Amino acid sequence: MSDTTMRDYQSDPLVHTPAPDLPPPATSVGIIGWMRNNLFSSPMNSLLTVLGVVALYYIIPPIVNWAIVDATISGTTREGCDAAGGACWTFIKVRFWLFIYGFYPEGEWWRINITMLLFFGPLLYCLIETTPGKKWVVLFLCIPYWPIGGALLLGGFWGMPFVDTTQWSGFSLTLIIAVTGISFSLPLGILLALGRRSDLPVLRMICIGFIEFIRAVPLISILFMSTVILPLFMPEGVTFDKLMRALIGVTLFSAAYMAETVRGGLQAIPNGQYEAADAMGLTYWQSMRLIVLPQALKIVIPALVSSFIGLFKDTTLVLIIGLVDLVSMIQSSGADIAWAGYAPHGYVFAALLFFVFCFAMSRYSMYLEDKLHTGHKR
Amino acid sequence: MSDSGNGSGNGADQPKFEIGQETMVQMDGVHKWYGQFHVLKDINLTVKHGERIVICGPSGSGKSTLIRCINRLEEHQQGSISVDGIELTNDLKKIDEIRREVGMVFQHFNLFPHLTVLENCALAPIWVRKMARADAEEEAMTFLTRVQIADQALKFPGQLSGGQQQRVAIARSLCMNPKIMLFDEPTSALDPEMIKEVLEVMVGLAEGGMTMLCVTHEMGFARQVANRVIFMDGGEIIEENEPTEFFTNPRNERTQLFLSQILH
Repeated sequence: MSDTTMRDYQSDPLVHTPAPDLPPPATSVGIIGWMRNNLFSSPMNSLLTVLGVVALYYIIPPIVNWAIVDATISGTTREGCDAAGGACWTFIKVRFWLFIYGFYPEGEWWRINITMLLFFGPLLYCLIETTPGKKWVVLFLCIPYWPIGGALLLGGFWGMPFVDTTQWSGFSLTLIIAVTGISFSLPLGILLALGRRSDLPVLRMICIGFIEFIRAVPLISILFMSTVILPLFMPEGVTFDKLMRALIGVTLFSAAYMAETVRGGLQAIPNGQYEAADAMGLTYWQSMRLIVLPQALKIVIPALVSSFIGLFKDTTLVLIIGLVDLVSMIQSSGADIAWAGYAPHGYVFAALLFFVFCFAMSRYSMYLEDKLHTGHKR
Repeated sequence: MSDSGNGSGNGADQPKFEIGQETMVQMDGVHKWYGQFHVLKDINLTVKHGERIVICGPSGSGKSTLIRCINRLEEHQQGSISVDGIELTNDLKKIDEIRREVGMVFQHFNLFPHLTVLENCALAPIWVRKMARADAEEEAMTFLTRVQIADQALKFPGQLSGGQQQRVAIARSLCMNPKIMLFDEPTSALDPEMIKEVLEVMVGLAEGGMTMLCVTHEMGFARQVANRVIFMDGGEIIEENEPTEFFTNPRNERTQLFLSQILH
């Protein structure tokens, strides 16, 4: 090491000049650096990278061929598809609105659109940081929205024809069940979690019993039970709407899982937080609302969103009790003789549609975590 | 056997504030068990308005448990505790009343990480004393200025050092204008440079006449500020005396052993 690189203590013993910032070496940043670190960091990794590229070469081109190059989307009958040999998107194009809106009368589709907009619009409004009056928007979404949305979809007043719930079908039914299920199961799950941690033994036992019973039973059974058992509790002659039974079953099912997720979050809050809130004289509900739940829910956002995504996909099970959701609609379309042999295309379409929504939820959760700074130091 | 020394300090470095007649904390025959473990044995303690009490002793002696019983973070099974004339029972309303008058500072600060410093301090006045937000924040700023941390008011606790967080915690308790302040080893989690800044705040509080019960190992603080030093071991109060006497003439053998270990 030459003398010029060593600090000269003789001439300047007390003044500290910080060493200058040098740029990093070229091979450790940028695209070359990324490839070195992630793809070729060791012999084993390099081998796996090569194998991966080979695998992609064998998989991707055939898929692209089938889905895009040889596919047909023009026309309204199957001749074009039979001739080309690739994917038959014509089938999807012809049946598209049926898949989305189901048996809902075409002239009334605007009602479904408005109901969905009335939900997602205010929701988006709440997500923007600087908008005022969020409290009222949330209050609207919590209480008035549901009877308004329900009434709008059912109709029978103000010149809007009545549309029975058995006609609500297709992807719009999937959305209705998912939105209702998620919106009601989260508050219910939070209450169950708090009840399970309560000091009152009766409340605690009820909550534990409920959660453990629901978790022990598959969703299909819950749906069957709600279809068969709920009417038994009703007075003679009163029938319970089938969709309502499904909604209750799905909501209760999801609430039990939410409860355990939220309870995990509550346990993760250090005792000191509860103690500090108590020592300040906050009541139980004040400390839950202001101190504990904001922190607990932030921690479990990943698990909660997983539950939501799972619930969104589980809504397809309602086909078991006779409600016609997206998958059921595709099934019956695929059974149509005119399109025999092209049924799998419908499932691919369903998979794509689910992927878009579930991926959007997943990305949103990451955005939410980022915005709420969930990694803040304790 | 517990000695009860007289509370009026006569050392030269004692603050000049007078001790009032009003009894702020009265503990009679208090026992506490954790299951089978007898953690507090026959505690008898009277704290008058304006007194500064330092409680010291080895770990596990029940010091923290004693002060946590005062604001019902721990429940005592036998005996009676009354705070500012209010008896401490299972009555939630009385407990909330007492907690409003008693401020507590914890060893690990326990600031609310999702709120800014200002929001931490203004929270209790807004929700418990039902003050308007603007008034609560204004008052919070005066207390933050008093502990010399007003410039950090909009930061989050995670962005502050330990000493700064503890000073915010003290300001947070003061915002409720409590009559009594409890300190549970406030400097034990801090490194030496920060201990000084927190102790300065506590000395300032003491000189202002606040009734304080402090569990601490900082004997310098005890000598400077305390009216009475209490030594506890095994759940009992072993010795109680004013600081000069306590440190130079410990009467009990156990106290002598403890002091020899910590004052070297």
